[in-house]
Amino acid sequence: MIKAITIPEAIEQLEELRAGDMVQLSGTIITGRDAAHRRITDFLDRNIPLPFQLTGQGIYYTGPCPAGPGKIIGSCGPTTSSRMDSYTPRLLNLGLKFMIGKGQRSHEVIEAMIRNKAVYFAATGGAGALIAECVKKAELLAFEDLGPEAVYRLEVANLPLITAIDCLGNNLYETGPKHYEYSAD
Amino acid sequence: MREINISAITETVAELCIQACYNLSDDVIKLIEAAREREESPFGARILEQLLENIDASRRTQLPLCQDTGMAVVFLQIGQDVRITGGSLEEAVNEGVRLGYRKGYMRKSVLDPLSRINTGDNTPAVLHLEMVEGEQLKIIVAPKGFGSENMSRLAMLKPSDGEDGIRSFVLDTVVNAGANPCPPIILGIGIGGTMEKAAYLSKKALLREAGKPNPDPKTAALEQELLQAINDTGIGPQGLGGKTTALAVHIDTYPTHLAGLPVAVNIQCHSARHAKAVL
Repeated sequence: MIKAITIPEAIEQLEELRAGDMVQLSGTIITGRDAAHRRITDFLDRNIPLPFQLTGQGIYYTGPCPAGPGKIIGSCGPTTSSRMDSYTPRLLNLGLKFMIGKGQRSHEVIEAMIRNKAVYFAATGGAGALIAECVKKAELLAFEDLGPEAVYRLEVANLPLITAIDCLGNNLYETGPKHYEYSAD
Repeated sequence: MREINISAITETVAELCIQACYNLSDDVIKLIEAAREREESPFGARILEQLLENIDASRRTQLPLCQDTGMAVVFLQIGQDVRITGGSLEEAVNEGVRLGYRKGYMRKSVLDPLSRINTGDNTPAVLHLEMVEGEQLKIIVAPKGFGSENMSRLAMLKPSDGEDGIRSFVLDTVVNAGANPCPPIILGIGIGGTMEKAAYLSKKALLREAGKPNPDPKTAALEQELLQAINDTGIGPQGLGGKTTALAVHIDTYPTHLAGLPVAVNIQCHSARHAKAVL
């Protein structure tokens, strides 16, 4: 069963999702990866207002290819989330509601997710062209000088995701592989 | 003596960069299809299906397979009876990368390691030169994404560690990598030589037709044994659990020093991109 979720309308439904739930997400998300996270943190340290809202938002860890002529966006699959781990608890404490990326998160991130009732989705790494087809609109939001690492606002339709870590801390990256590990007995 | 002008090299490198980032070769597609048939995990099966759909989407939309269009690793096999004319060979290759990444709307991911300032055109390439007999120039472009490159490792094992040591180092590397290199992966393993030779062998092993065994039966048996052990870890597609963690294991060996046993494991994601041409 695949659950269709539209945000921000159904943002409260995210808390009901459990690790392993397959989702098709529609609505607005922002992008940001390594350099954008570094800059967000720097702005927060220096009390400079952010050029966009984090509260109630979802962030997608991606650095797209440049859009060719007539294209909305280039290939835009997820990047490895763990590189954002050291920055993430702070963003969650500011109200970040969900994250989309790939791969394990740190203990600190999961603790902050439980505290703030946030959700972490896995998108399929390497499916950049397929994911680009789900992007209906892309606009530059901030940090243009970061090039492929700039922050964009994306409007997505039916983005295929798997709930990897839910707001209770259930973690498919732990339970999934254990279930399929070969044991001799 | 045959003369090859650098303009032909630039043009070919540009074309190969685009080809590699937009087309996955049939050997890899076949392995993903076979894995999808076998996969027991519903998440795993859905992910493998998406990878196959992504290949169609890439063709349909004319977008690169993956947004990480990599750092361009370029292998040149230069016939010793070839004379390069018209300028610098290295600059010709870099110009090809520059052109290809611009024309193909591929991501420019290359930057200074310390200042982190992007060079803006995905250069320089990583260039590997090899002199061979004859009067041809073979060019292989293998763009390497860093989700998988970051999880690669090298160990200077002790001779007493032997094959068991190699097995546990390889498995440990794969388990430690977990979801990060976008499994299902292909493993290039270099055993022997010196430190840099082992790393070079591991990268070069990735160029082999995916799933084709090493010609040496004992090495081929080790490849199969490791493939089985890796798929028994349960890591699965994207690390969310399943029977498909690796599509293939390629080992290449080289004689080494009596005091050492270098082992390099280069992890390649399922987007195992490379394209070649002969001038």
